Amino acid sequence: MGATKIVTDASFADDVLMSDKTVVVDFWAEWCGPCKLVAPILEEIASANEGIVIAKLNVDENPQTSASYGITSIPTMNVYKGGQVVKTIIGAKPKAALMADLAPFL
Amino acid sequence: MSEPRNVIIVGSGPAGYTAAIYAARAQLAPLLFEGSVTAGGALMNTTEVENFPGFVDGIMGPALMESMRGQADRFGAQLVTDDVVSMDLSGDLKTVVDGSGTTHTARAVILAMGSAYRELGLTNEKRLSGHGVSWCATCDGFFFREQDIAVVGGGDSALEEATFLTRFAKSVTLVHRRDALRASKIMQERAFANDKLHFAWNSQVEDILGDNKVSGVVLRDTVTGAARDLPVTGLFVAIGHDPRSELVKGQVDLDDEGYVLVEDRSTRTSIDGVFACGDLVDHTYRQAITAAGSGCAAALDAERFLAATE
Repeated sequence: MGATKIVTDASFADDVLMSDKTVVVDFWAEWCGPCKLVAPILEEIASANEGIVIAKLNVDENPQTSASYGITSIPTMNVYKGGQVVKTIIGAKPKAALMADLAPFL
Repeated sequence: MSEPRNVIIVGSGPAGYTAAIYAARAQLAPLLFEGSVTAGGALMNTTEVENFPGFVDGIMGPALMESMRGQADRFGAQLVTDDVVSMDLSGDLKTVVDGSGTTHTARAVILAMGSAYRELGLTNEKRLSGHGVSWCATCDGFFFREQDIAVVGGGDSALEEATFLTRFAKSVTLVHRRDALRASKIMQERAFANDKLHFAWNSQVEDILGDNKVSGVVLRDTVTGAARDLPVTGLFVAIGHDPRSELVKGQVDLDDEGYVLVEDRSTRTSIDGVFACGDLVDHTYRQAITAAGSGCAAALDAERFLAATE
């Protein structure tokens, strides 16, 4: 596993909501083509930006968290700061577009 | 700027990958830009492909693309998972600028950018996109378990999505503006036999309702003009595609709908050394196999062009 962190329903509160750092959570699943395309881009961003945490949550295995945040489309990338969602990015995007969306948090 | 190439292929999917396989086997050392989030093309969002010859039991769309990619790779095609942001196709040496700003040059360019989902063009469609409005049944169907949802469209992909979505949903209503489907007979028979699938004929989606997530759609009857609400929590849009020809607009000749025009029985565009294939040129057949076939033709046309201008 690379620079991203795997989070689950069980670890979400500790790893994301209580984190001191800004956390980007990628809601994804094995059967989602666009999720697979965005995954390596997120790995690259995670390796190059140690100030933030990029986490991955498998919606198949962790239905509670995805339901409580009203996820109905993947990939969705939520940015959490101090336990709150401060930005939502929906759909796979090229690296430059994703970087532009995340720039305020890096 | 790097050394000029023989050929650069822009776009993946069956057309781009097949062009790469042929060009690589012809020792043309092709460079292919797959697209950073569009790699593999339209088939990446499909499930089972049942009609690609050679696969008796069918094959998953993404698996088929992975195989074609691997085959191109085996013969030495250079595959780059990046976007092309601009092209200059005039002159003997064409230039292609990638997503990181690097300029590449080649004597021939094969265009295989495919097509993009068409949108309904409603204000609430954008606002509720990702909150119940979706273009990818295979990605998002999972989130609509035991819910009532709708699919808008009448072609093969609309029926395929609607049929796929009945695995999850309580009911799926297919909204179509006519009273008959364009989809193939086998798809139609399967759909009509599916208890969970309902049809709203002669209906157009006029608006999408919901504050933070979809709660319903407003349908307008195309015959009587009457409006009615259909309460659904999800709307999947499958009303067709538009060619991704923006990058070459004003350079090669396009038809009124934006498809790249090619000379009959070839892949030659209006510019020497520029060839086009796949969904970018085809509004008639639009199949994985026809796209692959035209990708092959584009590589052969490029090979002949390069030999003649050596």
